[in-house]
Amino acid sequence: MSYLMNTDEILQTIRMIDQQHLDVRTITLGLDLLDCADESAARCAGKVYDKICRRAETLVATGESIEREFGIPIVNKRVSVTPIALVAAACRDESLTEIALKMDAAAKAVGVNFIGGFSALVHKGYSDGDRRLIASIPEALAATERVCASVNVGSTRSGINMDAVARMGRVIKQTAQRTAENDGLGCAKLVVFCNAVEDNPFMAGAFHGVGEAECAVNVGVSGPGVVYEALRECAGAPFDVVAETIKRTAFKVTRMGQLVAQEASRRLGVPFGIVDLSLAPTPVKGDSVARILEAMGLEVCGTHGTTAALALLNDAVKKGGVMASSHVGGLSGAFIPVSEDEGMIAAVREGTLCIDKLEAMTCVCSVGLDMIAVPGETSAETLSAILADEAAIGMINNKTTAVRLIPAPGKKAGDTVEIGGLFGSAPVMDVHAASSADFIARGGRIPAPLHALRN
Amino acid sequence: MKAIVSVFARDAKGITAYVTGLLAAREINILDISQTLMQEYFTMIMLVDLADCPLPFDALARELQEKGEERALAIHIQRQDIFDAMHRI
Repeated sequence: MSYLMNTDEILQTIRMIDQQHLDVRTITLGLDLLDCADESAARCAGKVYDKICRRAETLVATGESIEREFGIPIVNKRVSVTPIALVAAACRDESLTEIALKMDAAAKAVGVNFIGGFSALVHKGYSDGDRRLIASIPEALAATERVCASVNVGSTRSGINMDAVARMGRVIKQTAQRTAENDGLGCAKLVVFCNAVEDNPFMAGAFHGVGEAECAVNVGVSGPGVVYEALRECAGAPFDVVAETIKRTAFKVTRMGQLVAQEASRRLGVPFGIVDLSLAPTPVKGDSVARILEAMGLEVCGTHGTTAALALLNDAVKKGGVMASSHVGGLSGAFIPVSEDEGMIAAVREGTLCIDKLEAMTCVCSVGLDMIAVPGETSAETLSAILADEAAIGMINNKTTAVRLIPAPGKKAGDTVEIGGLFGSAPVMDVHAASSADFIARGGRIPAPLHALRN
Repeated sequence: MKAIVSVFARDAKGITAYVTGLLAAREINILDISQTLMQEYFTMIMLVDLADCPLPFDALARELQEKGEERALAIHIQRQDIFDAMHRI
């Protein structure tokens, strides 16, 4: 088919990339590691290292060549692996940190900035491998730079494992303490999920689920700046127009992601998995989800109307994106990580956006309370109670919720936590002082909701 | 392979001649060309065919960029597929 050159379209694409921060946020190579099982953690770690280096050897170079040819930035190249609790179940060693160290070394060797999958799935109960992995998380995250950990504590089908919720509150505290000199940086690499997905390309929660193929290419798109600019052009228009505008924009953004995913899949000789239809902000000005909500007519993100605005945005992004990709998956929706979004940070500083409003917002968008710094003295039980609330939202609404909290040692509400790099900086947010300790001490399981019984 | 060459610069005499000369010297055929002036900014978009170009894409993109910088021109080359994917169903 002959190509008709349309200058306006070409200029629009170039503007999106050059001025509106349009990019492919990540190409993530999902990799199965079940064949690395061994009775010795050291031998298992060696096999893990070898396999990651072998299979991901050309990932970064391939991503960079696609970037140059298509002129589209691909910000991150990453690897996600089978939850290590499963891979290491056969190991007799109590600590699994050695495997994390080798994952870190492999990530450095192949040049990816994060590797996800130091993970356990305990939504109904712990196996012995899960227990050892979770116990190793604080040490592993302190000893490594690029390894990300996640734990799934609940699901719509099985309810919430409240023993795991209680445990993860303590693990988050320990992780913060072990990385105290960096304001609790380790916690930025630790996600607690309800309804975790198996093909998520985004860190820190990415892992390669057991239902996945040997390996797969998953791509996460982005583009809050593009949506923001498009909305600025329909000031005062009714919501029907707003929704249409977001859909059209999301379609274009996702088509680009699909193209990159197919190209990466072909060049790497690895099957295409999914495109994650996400609006993922960065701390850069003009790349903020909060500013999109404000462009709909809110003075500051977090004021009344924010939840409705986010619900519309999230739904329109999915509707626009779904037709643009052959396989949609991952987390798919708008992210609201506080420290990674310039507008969110401003709204917290201004006093309009609080943790309770953020919790409400997570009912209608992708994931949950993400990259939120809380005072260092917040108790493990309070952290667990926050995890439980989010898990309940995920369980009841049949959606993924994720929590990444940073109880920054020595910091009080109003202070700033400098996490650095992609993680940005976070204003420390207040939490409720009243105790949830007796609630968390109960343990056991919150039963699956009635709508789990769908058969 | 088809690609889109875009040129942005402050307007000056001889930009088109210079850029098309760069392309011709590298065996690149121009299939379509469009040029506008927005205020004093010069914008040129070309659809080109790289079938006879002996250079690998990476090297070509780098050379065009460097040659552009010598004359204060921003010259970029991108595969046409990305524009196609984004705007055509």
